[in-house]
Amino acid sequence: MSGTTTPSPRGRGQRSRGASVALHTALVIASLIALFPVLFIVFVSLRGRDGWQEPTKFTGFDLSNYTHILGETKFLTWFGNSVVVALGATVVGVLIAATAGYAVSRMRFPGQRPLMWTFLVVQMFPMAVLIVPLYTILGRLELLDTHAGLILTYCSVSVPFCAWMLKGYFDSIPAEIDEAGRVDGLTPFGTFWRLILPLARPGLAVTGFYSFITAWGEVAFASQFMSSEEHYTLAVGLQTFVGQQKAEWGLMTAAAVLITVPAGLVFFVAQRHLVAGLTAGGTKG
Amino acid sequence: MATVVTKVRRSFGTHWYAWAMVLPVVIVLAVLVGYPLGRGIYLSFTDANEANVARTIGVNHIAATYEFVGLDNYWKVLSGQEGHFYSRLTWTVVWTVACVFLHYSIGLGLALLLNRKVRFRALYRVLLILPWAVPAFVATFSWRLMFNEKYGVLNAFLTGMGLDPVDWLGDSTLQKLSAVAVNVWLGVPFMMVAILGGLQAIPAELHEAAEMDGASPWQRFRHVTLPGLRPVSGTVILLGVIWSFNMFQVIYLLIGQGASSESEILVTYAYRLAFQGVRDYAGSATYGILILSLLLVFATFYRRMLARQEAAR
Repeated sequence: MSGTTTPSPRGRGQRSRGASVALHTALVIASLIALFPVLFIVFVSLRGRDGWQEPTKFTGFDLSNYTHILGETKFLTWFGNSVVVALGATVVGVLIAATAGYAVSRMRFPGQRPLMWTFLVVQMFPMAVLIVPLYTILGRLELLDTHAGLILTYCSVSVPFCAWMLKGYFDSIPAEIDEAGRVDGLTPFGTFWRLILPLARPGLAVTGFYSFITAWGEVAFASQFMSSEEHYTLAVGLQTFVGQQKAEWGLMTAAAVLITVPAGLVFFVAQRHLVAGLTAGGTKG
Repeated sequence: MATVVTKVRRSFGTHWYAWAMVLPVVIVLAVLVGYPLGRGIYLSFTDANEANVARTIGVNHIAATYEFVGLDNYWKVLSGQEGHFYSRLTWTVVWTVACVFLHYSIGLGLALLLNRKVRFRALYRVLLILPWAVPAFVATFSWRLMFNEKYGVLNAFLTGMGLDPVDWLGDSTLQKLSAVAVNVWLGVPFMMVAILGGLQAIPAELHEAAEMDGASPWQRFRHVTLPGLRPVSGTVILLGVIWSFNMFQVIYLLIGQGASSESEILVTYAYRLAFQGVRDYAGSATYGILILSLLLVFATFYRRMLARQEAAR
């Protein structure tokens, strides 16, 4: 608290012992609820194929679930598929959306408001609107069950999303920089390319990361469009562990851990910027 | 005079530039969203299903035989003939309201706690954000294991305390509660972080001034904190409603893809129409368009309401 010079008996930031205990209790309980499922899954994954049937015992730790999914299932293939598809959708999304995000942020032009409105509306599209038409279109183009088909499908989400997010980032870069560029004789595109884009690098990274995560966790399209086991993404492959006939929860938990750890690490680096981007885009729309 | 000329020229130039710069996105949107949307709307006016769409079996290509039926599909769905729309809609609305309300209120509560000077604040923050880092499909499967009637850890706790085990995913009421619990677990961190950002953007001077004027903590919350959060709240609630209304993974993966179940929301129902049993493409498209229309109407009213509030201040 800067600027509080008048000392009061109990100013802001100080509280009674009881309040302090209550505060910490609430936070600890909330943290436990947040933490428990994650720890539990890690715990189960370390207890062998059938360890999940005794969730409260602390015996029989081994790594058999991990060795099994890495050695004897298509987990690594699925992992690769997920990376390819999510990365493809993200790269295309960011590349295509960056110029549009800049134009919408900086320039006033006929069609600007409808375009912004479209970006927002597309976020609202339930997948049920597009899934059947896309299914038939991709079928006709013989792109069902291919990476390219799924990347195209995900671009329908990632392109407007990236444009929306990036507009928010460009808005946060002072317009004086553009003016400086213009004074120096740069074209609008030159200003964008040489001055704004380098400044927006963190924004690009976060936008990309967000769209990556969205594609990474997509279930509906992937479950229908990818029909051969070789082409499954993780979200589809994981369903085969615990289907109608099988209940390989041990394998599922090990896969869950392996999926979450890399994504989670990057996530913690990026999360501070994620919300800023989303809400900035929204409030200034 | 010269400045006027440059102004005109510049505005002309920028327009050209702007259009050129948005062109790639416009093309992509037209091809990947516009065209399928048009097809979807068209399909919703037909009786297309698995048996009458164009398809290729081996080397034989069979032409489409479905017909244009006008507003029949919409009439069947909206008049209740089709029999599932209003019950699904009611549950979808309840689901959305419950999820967003819990997301927001729990998120707000935790954000207020974290916004104080607390020891271990950074640690709490990381722990509380954890669920967000877990992909939704992974989290849903994990919860399904915990909800397992026979081997689930929740029931192990209950029996350990001498209570009867509960079939969490058994009957539809419990299914619904379980689904809400999973979605709340997944969604609170986003709200919390967003609201925390909003809280930190409220100038401390406002709180100090209110305190000087003798405002009680509740009054400060009511008249300083909540109005200060309005811009953030407006956006996150809109996002929350859209995300919950369209939340596919949690319902689909938690409740399973089996027979019809009352805990399905509109989106999962539309999905099942299109891809299970006799694939009813037209019916699914109709549901899709209806869901989209509902969200559009909501978003329009919501934004208008926000704008009016903004103007009234």
